[in-house]
Amino acid sequence: MSTEPDSLLVIKPSPAWRPIDLGEIWRYRELLYFFVWRDVKVRYKQTVLGVSWAVIQPLFAMIIFAFFFGRVAKLPSDGIPYPLFTYAGLLPWTFFANALGNGSNSLVGSANLVTKVYFPRILVPLSAVATGLVDFGLALLMLGPLMLWKRTAPAAISFVVVPVAIVITFLLVFGFSLWLSAMVVRYRDVRHVIPFIIQIWMFATPIVYPLSFIPAKWRWAVSLNPMVPIVESFRASLFGRPVDPAGLLWSFVVALILIISGSMYFRYLERLFADVM
Amino acid sequence: MSDIAVHVENVSKLYRIGLRRDSRSFRETITDLLMRRREQEKEGERDLWALRDVSFDVPRGRAIGIIGQNGAGKSTLLKILSRITEPTTGRIVVQGRVSSLLEVGTGFHGELTGRENIALNGAILGMTRTEIRQRFDEIVAFAEVERFIDTPVKYYSTGMYMRLAFAVAAHLEPEILVVDEVLAVGDAAFQSKCLRKMNDVASHGRTVLFVSHNMPAVKSLCQEAVWLRSGEVVDRGDSASVVTRYLQHSASRSGRSDVAEIIANLPPDPTFRLHAVRLLQNGEETTNILNGDALQIEIAFEVFSTTLGLHVYFQLLDLEETVILESIHNGSRDEAPRVEAGRWIARATIPPDFLASRPYQLMIFAGIADVRALLPEPVRLTFDVQQSGLVNRAFPGYQTPGKIAPLFDWQISRSDA
Repeated sequence: MSTEPDSLLVIKPSPAWRPIDLGEIWRYRELLYFFVWRDVKVRYKQTVLGVSWAVIQPLFAMIIFAFFFGRVAKLPSDGIPYPLFTYAGLLPWTFFANALGNGSNSLVGSANLVTKVYFPRILVPLSAVATGLVDFGLALLMLGPLMLWKRTAPAAISFVVVPVAIVITFLLVFGFSLWLSAMVVRYRDVRHVIPFIIQIWMFATPIVYPLSFIPAKWRWAVSLNPMVPIVESFRASLFGRPVDPAGLLWSFVVALILIISGSMYFRYLERLFADVM
Repeated sequence: MSDIAVHVENVSKLYRIGLRRDSRSFRETITDLLMRRREQEKEGERDLWALRDVSFDVPRGRAIGIIGQNGAGKSTLLKILSRITEPTTGRIVVQGRVSSLLEVGTGFHGELTGRENIALNGAILGMTRTEIRQRFDEIVAFAEVERFIDTPVKYYSTGMYMRLAFAVAAHLEPEILVVDEVLAVGDAAFQSKCLRKMNDVASHGRTVLFVSHNMPAVKSLCQEAVWLRSGEVVDRGDSASVVTRYLQHSASRSGRSDVAEIIANLPPDPTFRLHAVRLLQNGEETTNILNGDALQIEIAFEVFSTTLGLHVYFQLLDLEETVILESIHNGSRDEAPRVEAGRWIARATIPPDFLASRPYQLMIFAGIADVRALLPEPVRLTFDVQQSGLVNRAFPGYQTPGKIAPLFDWQISRSDA
């Protein structure tokens, strides 16, 4: 723990409900950087294939989906070559799913730090989610050769929509991680449910099929899932199809609600983390 | 700037312990909600005040030792000072840049190289990137790991690892340093190196709060000491006299009931259960130990499954934590013995005319060789020995300066005949 020179620090019981201290997070930004740096380094050091894992995961999923859902089940893909269609959908989804898994387990995984050193605990889920961006960036690069192979190029609008969609995904998964990482500390069994939920969630999101595949009268209900507009807009923008800004706005609002409520819950439980770990 | 660096005011900390741990399952909570059970009504829960109304001030530039038995609240106080956990009531005002060190090498990662771990650990301990860069060479030199600085630390020997870990911590430059017994690790040479460095820190006008069992270290490092017992401050003053009073108190307690309680509260282990530790003279349990009679140390335990390499052993220490001797129950065997499942009593006999008339500490250990310890920490008891033996009997009242007083076979014969 470290505080500014000549600073005055008062340690006392804190109120149960209190807001996030943004100033403090800013002061600890270097530690946030170091956490991300560590996670990225360690992950790629432990594997033979190193950095290529970030690409292999969505690439293999694409091949399997393209065979089973594209060839065998002949699911539609809005006229986009099926492998490209599903890879474009898997990009934001893989980021979301991996970041959600890592984010939820992040606090329990950092018990040795949390019980020995002070720092704003929120850095733990935040850095876990931020680490996922590195993988996403690598997997996104792979889209270039894939599009070249199918002789298409990303539409100009994607240079705006893709970053916006990723920022919203980041906020969304951070919001969920605030809730879940704190919950996992309190209730250890929650951790076993998460992979299962992520699995189901993937099929509830139009990745292997287009949203247009859903009967029109049910589309609104499916679109309540905040990942639906993200995946749809992400893909639509790449292939020059119309993007639905209202849907993205909905995802953004959901993300904000999750972040605000999640940070309240996180801060409420934060006082107990060191005692129950 | 005020001349009080740390002001501790009526700090209390309550832990709720019991069958229901704080970390519960979601399912249980839901059932509780449905059944309308309230937290307070749950069975087996009790409140434990780890700290009760603790107040003291640490003047700027002073080194203060915090001493007390295990479970007296030292670690809790340290955790509150380090902001790892919050006090239940009361407050602490800290003025100045503070670093706290509850262990060395927090956040070290085996896959990362020495260089990378210095950066990471430095950041975790609160150094800025500039500070880490500036002190990097010094840290590497202090740790003596130059040749391996780009090797992942999982390939380091324990000694190298500890040196590197301590080196990073030693190069923090806070105004206030809060340290736990980080010195309890490493070999003797390394420990004394750490102590010298700590002494450096303390003598350079830095404020230090030092929690330790090592009484000589507390006396030499700290000007003042605070003695905690059951979460309360019982004594406070210059370190030499508080340490003396503390040691006298520990020695005077019979220790027996405490030991029974400690043993009863040991966490369950799948392989091993300690049932009792007894001191016997002439076949009877006693607290009035005479050095003229043999002393038997009896360790009753139970082994749940036949285990290779299981051993119980004890160390005899003086009150200043110097280990005088260590003895293992199967110390004379040549091969790793197997201990069958069942109840056992291991009895070691210290012969008459061996101990000096002074207080001792006995620490009981159990472990599986090269695998793990079977007790979370050694079970400690203190006993006092009275003079009755042959050694020095001709000089009543004479106090031997030796830690033990064994009767040797002396022969005296004329050499001028």
